[in-house]
Amino acid sequence: MKVTLRIWRQSGPDESGKLVDYQMDDVNPDMSFLEMLDVLNERLILNGEAPVAFDHDCREGICGSCGMVINGMPHGPQTLTTTCQLHMRTFSDGDVIVVEPWRSAAFPIIKDLVVDRTAFDRIIQSGGYISVATGSAPEAHSQLVPKPDADLAFENAECIGCGACVAACPNGSSMLFVSAKVSHLNVLPQGQPERETRVLRMVEAMDLEGFGGCTNTGECTNACPKGIPQASIARLNREYLRASLSGRR
Amino acid sequence: MSEIITNGAGTAPIGYTVGEDLVDRAAPDGPIETRWTRRKFAAKLVNPANRRKHRIIVVGTGLAGASAGATLGEQGYKVIQFCYQDSPRRAHSIAAQGGINAAKNYRNDGDSVRRLFYDTIKGGDFRARESNVHRLAEVSVQIIDQCVAQGVPFAREYSGLLDTRSFGGVQVQRTFYARGQTGQQLLLGAYQALSRQIDAGNVEMHPRTEMLDLIVIDGRARGIIARDLVTGKVSTYMADAVVLATGGYGNVFYLSTNAKNSNASAIWRACKRGAYMANPCYTQIHPTCIPRSGDHQSKLTLMSESLRNDGRIWVPKKAGDTRPPDQIPEHERDYYLERIYPSFGNLVPRDIASRAAKNVCDEGRGVGPGGLGVYLDFADAIRRMGEDKVREKYGNLFEMYERITGENPYKVPMRIYPAIHYTMGGLWVDYDLQSTVPGLFVIGEANFSDHGANRLGASALMQGLADGYFVLPPVIGNYLAQAKLVPADVDSPEAREAYDRSTERLERLLAVNGDRTPDSFHRELGQLLWDYCGMARNEAGLRKALARIPELREEFWQRVKVPGTGAELNQSLEKANRISDFLEFAELLCLDALHRAESCGGHFREESQTPDGEALRDDENFAYAAAWEFTGVGSPPVLHREQLKFEEVHLAQRSYA
Ligand SMILES: Cc1cc2nc3c(=O)[nH]c(=O)nc-3n(C[C@H](O)[C@H](O)[C@H](O)COP(=O)(O)OP(=O)(O)OC[C@H]3O[C@@H](n4cnc5c(N)ncnc54)[C@H](O)[C@@H]3O)c2cc1C
Ligand code: FES
Repeated sequence: MKVTLRIWRQSGPDESGKLVDYQMDDVNPDMSFLEMLDVLNERLILNGEAPVAFDHDCREGICGSCGMVINGMPHGPQTLTTTCQLHMRTFSDGDVIVVEPWRSAAFPIIKDLVVDRTAFDRIIQSGGYISVATGSAPEAHSQLVPKPDADLAFENAECIGCGACVAACPNGSSMLFVSAKVSHLNVLPQGQPERETRVLRMVEAMDLEGFGGCTNTGECTNACPKGIPQASIARLNREYLRASLSGRR
Repeated sequence: MSEIITNGAGTAPIGYTVGEDLVDRAAPDGPIETRWTRRKFAAKLVNPANRRKHRIIVVGTGLAGASAGATLGEQGYKVIQFCYQDSPRRAHSIAAQGGINAAKNYRNDGDSVRRLFYDTIKGGDFRARESNVHRLAEVSVQIIDQCVAQGVPFAREYSGLLDTRSFGGVQVQRTFYARGQTGQQLLLGAYQALSRQIDAGNVEMHPRTEMLDLIVIDGRARGIIARDLVTGKVSTYMADAVVLATGGYGNVFYLSTNAKNSNASAIWRACKRGAYMANPCYTQIHPTCIPRSGDHQSKLTLMSESLRNDGRIWVPKKAGDTRPPDQIPEHERDYYLERIYPSFGNLVPRDIASRAAKNVCDEGRGVGPGGLGVYLDFADAIRRMGEDKVREKYGNLFEMYERITGENPYKVPMRIYPAIHYTMGGLWVDYDLQSTVPGLFVIGEANFSDHGANRLGASALMQGLADGYFVLPPVIGNYLAQAKLVPADVDSPEAREAYDRSTERLERLLAVNGDRTPDSFHRELGQLLWDYCGMARNEAGLRKALARIPELREEFWQRVKVPGTGAELNQSLEKANRISDFLEFAELLCLDALHRAESCGGHFREESQTPDGEALRDDENFAYAAAWEFTGVGSPPVLHREQLKFEEVHLAQRSYA
């Protein structure tokens, strides 16, 4: 099949960027989206042009490295699917496909489709953990975890930190990301001692990074390749309120 | 004693010489059950107040690196840590699916430290060091405690207790798991612990920074050269000890289940500075991966082995049969595993299932594009249990398969094919996880230590976390307490030399400006290795590969085209740099495979098999770990043998017929 790629090209953080068209004449529908970009890049290299920079590593939908806005949708048109797991059979012959980086003030562009997502790491550093030094843990079965709680924690722990939620949100909010980590740790018995400080510190860090506020548009959940639910944001709000009232810091 | 084996194929003679045997002096003698306790007691301690003064470099943030960095930070050392991804959370460990072993014996099914030790030695086909493996089994129980306390959401039963399952042919249920995302959950636990130390100022994290070289001063590892992948700036980092946790080298085969950017550069460059490389020919192939769909294929995706519990593997009886599977009648199908191995059937171990698939495809009976695939058919299972039951058990795997192939496995049989998955070989380390360069420690998949010639399922995660959380911290303290180091200087001649060597190599890559892409070389190298040093190896093939690799390397340096400059984010340069290392490392891999004229575990030499076609070990001549000393690119390396003693587990031949 043939497609036209319209890709955001930007040579550096301080350069201006623009959309550039590339004609792809021999696309195999079984290719992944990134494999198609590989083919394009090999062609660009041989033509002496700069290949398109994009992040990727596992190509299995789990590391959270990849991520581009495809035809206006973070990770493209297929739900619950990362860019690396998107295949060309999702598109039709003759399509024009617009490819852009995540756009958010908190994720500055580094080059082409590569953005800086270290803000997410700093949010986790602020409190997205349980403080347990190596060797100090009690025997694993000394504390039972009801299965529904374990499952709920797991569903939130599935977040891959790709940033699609931020890219999808009209306000550039990172509430879904933060709520997933707060939900994961705050529903577990192990997470109780730091329950309040965790949420207060993470929300503070999130605000400091320049992410926008949440107005419950739900775009984040729709874009999330792991299906982190809106209910997590509601839980984050509850946890935040509860922690604020507790007077703990 | 010295012997030279040449490849006799025209080009520069490739062979090796034999040097002195290598002995692990770090493990105490005496009863194996108390060795680790005694080692820890004998280890010198660093006073907590002095730890702050010791800088430790940790390269890598997978399970091994993240757990090590977090723990060393907690203990008060100053840790400087690196990874090439944009965040430490994205290391390749994130992709592990199945689970992690631990000898908890929660099932009361007869498991014990002793049994996990025994299973691992036997599973490794008697090519691992007993003392290390025993320690691994001991430490395994603590890992689960640690991870649970961190909030890792392992699967639980309705009672609230941890669930376990069986894995990879062992007879006890000792595998803990978090759905199909065990690696992700364990890594996030370690990443969060690491994040806490970054916040506390104990760990200085450098993401998107790639190690280019090791700095050795007065025979000790004292630092690294690393490149900031965003700005291109190459910098020198000094320390009192260096820890490599950079993962496996499976991507030397181009197509593998590893993350795309996994590489051998860190361990190979350390090898060039004096760390011996052990058993590079021990590579593991996983039988159930999704086959390639064309020349554009960039990596392969693993499908959980559990599918073999209910799926039946078959190919057409006739070669070249291109009918769709539903038009091939029952009597024209060959359920070859059930036929050849009637008692184990579709559940034979990984290496056996993989080789059998290759054999039927070599006979022209493979299915799908290029004839490189076999069917994994659930039609019988669906008839027997109903589609709903199958969906309940394997639904997410079926979905993943459909997302990638566009085929519905409830209707059409899956196609699978083996792929490179894990590498048991790596840098040689002693019981203290220290390489032959003092002060250089190697942990996780990057070392060679615990799995012998074949790794059991769910044991890599266990080893990575054992090394990082529990084994490395006391032994690295012992080193630092005794090393009497003088301050390392960024301007020392050794550091400058390493810096110049690294930057010159990058400049050379950029200067070639040839007519082939870096990937084209990687694909060609991968195909060559897969053909001659893949699932089955023989002398003629290995000699062919050994003749071809230097030519390809030569061609690479004359024809590779790397666009752009070194002073920017340049992914082609990163790639070319890694491929240039693969092109050197591959030669040692094939040489090791040629020298080891026996079959064992993942290393199958066609010349050494039983009458039924099973791997035949030669304990008389090869019961050793082969540690290779680098002497120059294209120049014969020196083989140092570490003789393996089996005092606890008796040498025996595996049988699955
Ligand atoms: C698909 C798949 C499924 C698996 N499933 C299981 C399973 O169920 N159970 C099990 O036990 N094992 C499993 N394994 C194996 C297991 O995942 C790995 O062996 C293990 O995670 C390796 O961990 P590691 O910490 O040693 O290295 P990795 O996780 O590979 O981490 C390497 C780190 O080193 C960094 N790095 C590498 N080179 C450089 C450099 N030059 N400079 C700077 N940084 C560098 C990377 O950035 C990364 O942070 C699986 C493997 C695969 C491929
Ligand atoms: S590359 Fe890892 S999630 Fe896409």
